[in-house]
Amino acid sequence: MTPGLQAYLTVAGILFAIGFAGVLLRRNTLVIYMCLELMLSATTLALVAFSRFNGTMDGALFVFFIITVAAAEVSVGLAIIVALYRRRHTIQVDHLNYLKF
Amino acid sequence: MVTIVFYFFSTLTLLAALFVVVNRNTVNSAMCMIVAFVGVAALFVLLQAYFLAMLQIVVYAGAVMVLFLFIIMLLDTQARERVRFGRADIVAGAVAFICLAFGAVWLARHYPVGVTPPPAPAMPPSDNPLAYATSAKAFGYGLFTRYLLPFQVTGFLLLIAMVGVILLSKRLPPPDSGVKPDSP
Repeated sequence: MTPGLQAYLTVAGILFAIGFAGVLLRRNTLVIYMCLELMLSATTLALVAFSRFNGTMDGALFVFFIITVAAAEVSVGLAIIVALYRRRHTIQVDHLNYLKF
Repeated sequence: MVTIVFYFFSTLTLLAALFVVVNRNTVNSAMCMIVAFVGVAALFVLLQAYFLAMLQIVVYAGAVMVLFLFIIMLLDTQARERVRFGRADIVAGAVAFICLAFGAVWLARHYPVGVTPPPAPAMPPSDNPLAYATSAKAFGYGLFTRYLLPFQVTGFLLLIAMVGVILLSKRLPPPDSGVKPDSP
């Protein structure tokens, strides 16, 4: 028996949950960013699975756009982190609390 | 056979993702991240999305993770400041993980079981060009017909991101120093 749609969706859901837990747990901005990428990967996996099991190309084309936007997002985000490090000499979110009430 | 490969790569992906979260060393996290991306690419291959699997490896495991490693080595912050996990963080992370994972698995289990489709053809049939197919040509057809406008917008987005990154990473003088930013 080959794995069905439910198996892929389960893997995608657990992957998303791991990424979300990482965003909440970690205090290093770079690792938080990597966990965001994990969550994006989980959604792309779910989209490709839906696309395959429904027999249409739309989900796979969406994954194409998601990969492009994620690459642009990573480049801009890392540039922001570098600019932040130059000014504040830290990337730990515990120390970046100027806007905290 | 497919089932064994599926369970192997999904376990690999999930374990690598877990190590990304629990690893104290940022470089180790990035390495585990590459493994997780390769695992997702293998799952794409099992779903017969060969083009997307290639793209996932080239763009994510190649370009994006190299960028991450560059920045990690450029900043080099892990030796100096190591903040311990607080109790509230661990509780919040665990509760969020359990809720999300349980909800996702529950939803997936209650999704109607569809029939497993036959192996996808290389080219879509001519009467339904947007049907699932494995060749890169099928992707090109969809991108340039139904998704032409998002395709163009994505191109502009990349241009904007490039300009923004150049501007952000430029070393500007302090605002009151009177030095023109563009003076060489």
